[in-house]
Amino acid sequence: MNAEAVLKKAEARHLPSRLFTHAKERAIEALLLFAALTSVAITVGIVGVLVYESIGFFRQVSLLDFVTDKQWTPLFSEPHYGILPLVSGTVVTTAVALAVAIPMGSLIAIYLSEYASRGLREIVKPALELLSAVPTVVYGYFALLFVTPALQKLWPELPGFNMLSAGLVIGIMIVPYVSSVSEDAMRAVPVHLREGAFALGATRMQTALRVVFPSALSGITAAYVLGISRAIGETMVVAIAAGMQPTLTWNPLEPAATMTAYIVQVSLGDLPHGSVGYQTIFATGLTLLLMTLVFNIAGHALKKRYRQVY
Amino acid sequence: MLLKNAIAKSTNDAPVRQRIGQSQRRDRLFALAGLLVMAVASLVLLALLGQLAYDGIGRVSWQFLTSYPSRFPAQAGILSAWIGTILVMFLTALTAIPLGIGAAIYMEEYAPKNWMTDLIEINITNLAGVPSIVYGLMALGLLVYEFHLGQSFLTAGLTLAMLILPMVIIATREALRAVPPQIREAAYAVGATKWQTVRDHVVPYSMGGILTGMILALSRAVGETAPLITVGALSFIAFLPHSPLISDFPFISLQWLFDPFTVMPIQMFNWVSRPQDEFHINAAAAGVILLLMTLAMNALAITVRARFRRRIHW
Repeated sequence: MNAEAVLKKAEARHLPSRLFTHAKERAIEALLLFAALTSVAITVGIVGVLVYESIGFFRQVSLLDFVTDKQWTPLFSEPHYGILPLVSGTVVTTAVALAVAIPMGSLIAIYLSEYASRGLREIVKPALELLSAVPTVVYGYFALLFVTPALQKLWPELPGFNMLSAGLVIGIMIVPYVSSVSEDAMRAVPVHLREGAFALGATRMQTALRVVFPSALSGITAAYVLGISRAIGETMVVAIAAGMQPTLTWNPLEPAATMTAYIVQVSLGDLPHGSVGYQTIFATGLTLLLMTLVFNIAGHALKKRYRQVY
Repeated sequence: MLLKNAIAKSTNDAPVRQRIGQSQRRDRLFALAGLLVMAVASLVLLALLGQLAYDGIGRVSWQFLTSYPSRFPAQAGILSAWIGTILVMFLTALTAIPLGIGAAIYMEEYAPKNWMTDLIEINITNLAGVPSIVYGLMALGLLVYEFHLGQSFLTAGLTLAMLILPMVIIATREALRAVPPQIREAAYAVGATKWQTVRDHVVPYSMGGILTGMILALSRAVGETAPLITVGALSFIAFLPHSPLISDFPFISLQWLFDPFTVMPIQMFNWVSRPQDEFHINAAAAGVILLLMTLAMNALAITVRARFRRRIHW
């Protein structure tokens, strides 16, 4: 028998098992693809539910009223469906939060990336990660029971529910996100850029602010966008500490409901499925989702624009 | 003469020196500011956590852990809440971990370069940025009313599973990507199929990263409150769900899946939103236990990461 025949015989013997292996491989690949597609199904589910229920809502409420009416009282006997008061609440708390988180987060990131010793960084980075694990309801407790009373000592007329303390606490809460992602971006800037700046006689601050920071701007933008989305979508802190009354105001010292707080408020009650009141939370949710989407797209565009290639 | 001039010029460098001194002072001030901000941020957080512990620790007792909620704050406890949290986490892990790891393996090891892969890729990134309460709305419309799962443990577990799925996928993908391609090539070279390579080599080597990611994602889910409020968590549950183990054949009952649920953060939220100070103390105590749960999970994640990192050398 020649070698070829031996090979053929062996192949014939192994053929059934090889066919089986092949079928198994394909089945596993199909199963894994199915797992990957569930994430797409979740997106379809989110958009589908929000759009479907919002269509029901906008059959009864005109889109013009929704964006121009200055009152949001869907559960009153004379209902008004103006989303503006809820949007103003979200914008004010987010603005307060960012006023805290962006300067603090950026400074911490610059310090950690450009100044801190290796040892300090190894301690601070995991600690920051740990902080982002604190449940948001605990932050809500802080805002209502520590920050507001502390602020009331400074301004005795500050109401018990106000957007300022909620915003401040959200700000503290998102500092780790902003600083951690920005620091990663700045550490990714090649060392020879820094060395170039040092060689020209720049101090570390000049290097950090004029060379490293601009070079890392793409990643830093991503960090800011992450912080903004977190602040817009934050629910428990505002539901606990900012009040539940939808008020059209731009003053952070006043109480006002945000979009997320309104959804919580309605969910805690027992609205009949299919009523306009029930549909309002989906219309609000859709607005919220669109707002975060706009920021994410803007962030993506900025990220692309500032991307540096070395 | 010329040389003298040059020397005179160079000794007259006071303005330059002044500018250098100024820059250096600014540099030191800036470093100080950075350090100060970091100190302030950590002090504020430490003060807050300390205050929470101070308010709540006295209330943590055996009675607190083994009592149902009550309208008398001194008799109230978190029995239904912590059991609820464990059951919901079990369902979440059971759903999100296999799906997430499967999806990650597909994306890293199998996915061809085509429009569908791009779609899944973009989709996962975007899902991670969706506010958690939006997941709750989706679960309310779809799971509660469309699939008629009710306001139950099953709904809660699936809601949180969908919420952490992107996190699980992203963490697993990072872990898989850290395995050098030579490992895969070596496996193929000795005749392993793709799945054999993944199962016997790539996944075991990236187990540390995968486990860390899973624990961190679950620790996020433990603290999630908003989406569970939307799907209808009850804050006053004075009974336990049906037992998963029963005395009759087949000894396992799935009745509990459809029982109404509550979890730790919901219980805490309920107590925080009451006006009486006694309930605020209960809230602090629940907060202490909730924090211990999440911190323990994070500590575990850090340990796992360190252990696996030490074991692997390439």
